[in-house]
Amino acid sequence: LSGAAFAAGPSASALAFTCAGCHGTDGSSVGPSSPSIAGMDPEVFIDMMQAYRADQHNATIMNRIAKAYSDEQIEDMAWFFARQRLNTGPQPHDEALAAKGARLHERHCEKCHEEGGRPGDAGTLAAQWMPYLEFTMSDFLAGKREWPRKMERKVDAAIAEEGEQAVPALIHYYGSQHDPKIEENEND
Amino acid sequence: AAASSLTLAAGRASAAPKGKVVIVGGGIGGATTAKYMRMADPSIEVTVIEPNEHYHTCFMSNEVLSGERDIDSIRFDYSGLKGHGVNVVQDYVTGIDAEKKVVKTRGGQSFQYDRCVVSPGVDFRWDTIGGYDESVAEQIPHAWKAGSQTVTLRKQIEAMKDGGTVIVAPPPNPFRCPPGPYERVSQIAWYLKNNKPKSKILVLDPKDKFSKFGLFTAGWKKHYGYGSDNSMIEWVSGANGGKVESVDAKSRTVQAAVESFKGDVLNIIPAQKAGKIAFDAGLANDSGWCPVDMKTFESKQHSNIHVIGDAAIMSPMPKSGYSANSQAKVCAAAVVALLNGDSTPQPSLVNTCYSILMPEDAMSVAMVYNYSDGKINKVAGSGGLTPGYDDTTMEMRKREVGFAHSWFNNITKDVFG
Ligand SMILES: Cc1cc2nc3c(=O)[nH]c(=O)nc-3n(C[C@H](O)[C@H](O)[C@H](O)COP(=O)(O)OP(=O)(O)OC[C@H]3O[C@@H](n4cnc5c(N)ncnc54)[C@H](O)[C@@H]3O)c2cc1C
Ligand code: HEC
Ligand code: HEC
Repeated sequence: LSGAAFAAGPSASALAFTCAGCHGTDGSSVGPSSPSIAGMDPEVFIDMMQAYRADQHNATIMNRIAKAYSDEQIEDMAWFFARQRLNTGPQPHDEALAAKGARLHERHCEKCHEEGGRPGDAGTLAAQWMPYLEFTMSDFLAGKREWPRKMERKVDAAIAEEGEQAVPALIHYYGSQHDPKIEENEND
Repeated sequence: AAASSLTLAAGRASAAPKGKVVIVGGGIGGATTAKYMRMADPSIEVTVIEPNEHYHTCFMSNEVLSGERDIDSIRFDYSGLKGHGVNVVQDYVTGIDAEKKVVKTRGGQSFQYDRCVVSPGVDFRWDTIGGYDESVAEQIPHAWKAGSQTVTLRKQIEAMKDGGTVIVAPPPNPFRCPPGPYERVSQIAWYLKNNKPKSKILVLDPKDKFSKFGLFTAGWKKHYGYGSDNSMIEWVSGANGGKVESVDAKSRTVQAAVESFKGDVLNIIPAQKAGKIAFDAGLANDSGWCPVDMKTFESKQHSNIHVIGDAAIMSPMPKSGYSANSQAKVCAAAVVALLNGDSTPQPSLVNTCYSILMPEDAMSVAMVYNYSDGKINKVAGSGGLTPGYDDTTMEMRKREVGFAHSWFNNITKDVFG
């Protein structure tokens, strides 16, 4: 065995297995509110972990956890989770609201959150647990989490169009997408 | 290498297993080890020996006491493990012959192993409280192993008159789930506040401080009037005579260090030690717990036997379900590596414990651990507690309730699914 192998830290799977208690086996959460992280884009994952580490997201617990990991370890975990298939669960949702949300999404969000918000280079929205989406949306709107560039304008436009129903409609739309189609993972 | 992997593939159906692993105990540690071992290397034959047909999680059992959830919601079976190709044997292990590498059961069966993993949880030190033993515990439950005693305690609290007193007596350190007794007090208080508001909870503690002390006492103050004249909860520390010396089951009287107290419902949680098999198999030392190598969790007293979970000495990790689940994955990877002749992997470990004060207020403690210099270490700068009320909002505290329930759903699926 080489010296390097001997000095090596925990493997990507050894690091990532410790997250399963909260995020589900291999990152597919069974809810009701902890987010699924399977199939996440590695860059988004890294950005989020770094934001948690720097106390920049309005976190209940990830800020305390993320501080344990080096950049290299975060990158290892990012690739581990990117390769996992996202298994989703059905969520109770309002069809009429979801239909309204689908139209809003198409007009204001699809450009960045492609294919209805499937895991991609702007995070996972499709089939993400709805209470979690409520938390993140309310954090953005309350100024507790920094807006991704240009996203604020689009969310404002959606709210201008649909008023108070805009955000719930979008969340019901994302929550409605328990669909085997989105379980395919491009990173495989 | 190409040739050997070809032969392996060709001979898969008839090939002898690469190794045999016998796991004692199908609780959080044992079941997780079995599943993750099979996921990592399906050519290893894994047998779990567990006396019970169902496992009741201790975690969230405090919500059964408050009536926030049903006992059925904390019951799990072994069909998930069987689905991973694990042999699940319903029997009780009476001995382990470390020389011959054989596990023996009450049912008269013998199981040969290459490596054995022992995760039997805790046993009680029945000799520490006069008048309290295993049979008395059927009427005055400890409910520190979830199941029928959880139901008994719930029924007693439900049957109690308004204005009654519930006595909870937490154990001395070290014990399973350090915040558990205090979460229990909170959950019982929630039920009483809504159903029997004139009632009291008297906590007789041998300790002067406990896990999440500041957060619990602030929570009790906020929700249950703690510290005021009509507080629902009174906590008597060890220094103030909280240590319970004996119990009289008939009169429901508890003799503490200074005074005696009469209760309507008694919940006595005795001091603890490793599960019985750890002693029968010579795995525990004088401390009452099992010393292990911190990288592979192999026993320091018998080679080829690994001990994890509550029974093992894992300091600085607390005895918790999250710890047992995390240790199990490290142990599974180590055993797979050893059976394959590979070097043992570097561990990474996490613990988190959520405590629910009432349906809109929960808090957590978290820590990440690594391995160096032969020890498990807290990763500097990580972990810690939920902020106190002055430094967070009730909206964030409420989020933690949902995350606690998510944790329960995810960890139980990770263990038994
Ligand atoms: C009220 C309460 C609340 C808790 N809350 C939390 C929480 O919120 N978070 C958390 O992380 N932890 C919590 N815990 C702690 C958690 O339940 C334990 O730490 C965890 O179960 C330890 O896992 P284990 O594998 O060591 O033991 P166990 O899960 O107890 O498993 C041991 C198994 O071994 C079997 N066994 C024992 N002896 C033998 C034998 N001789 N032969 C065959 N089988 C045998 C038993 O039947 C049992 O199934 C709580 C505990 C309590 C009591
Ligand atoms: C004890 C629970 C717990 C553990 C352990 C945990 N997480 Fe989290 N995670 C959460 C919660 C809760 C959130 C939501 C943010 C918050 O409130 O902290 C979250 C959010 C995240 C997110 C953001 C997801 C999104 O799309 O917005 C990522 C990425 C993440 N966690 C990665 C990890 C990794 C990697 C690990 C293991 C090294 C881990 N988590 C361990 C509870 C946990
Ligand atoms: C200009 C690009 C852009 C547009 C338009 C956009 N977003 Fe985003 N959004 C992002 C990016 C990039 C992220 C990645 C996370 C981050 O940087 O915090 C993100 C993250 C999010 C998240 C958090 C995901 C998580 O996992 O934590 C939510 C929720 C979200 N967007 C909702 C919306 C909605 C709803 C709309 C439309 C009304 C929208 N976004 C429009 C770029 C955009």
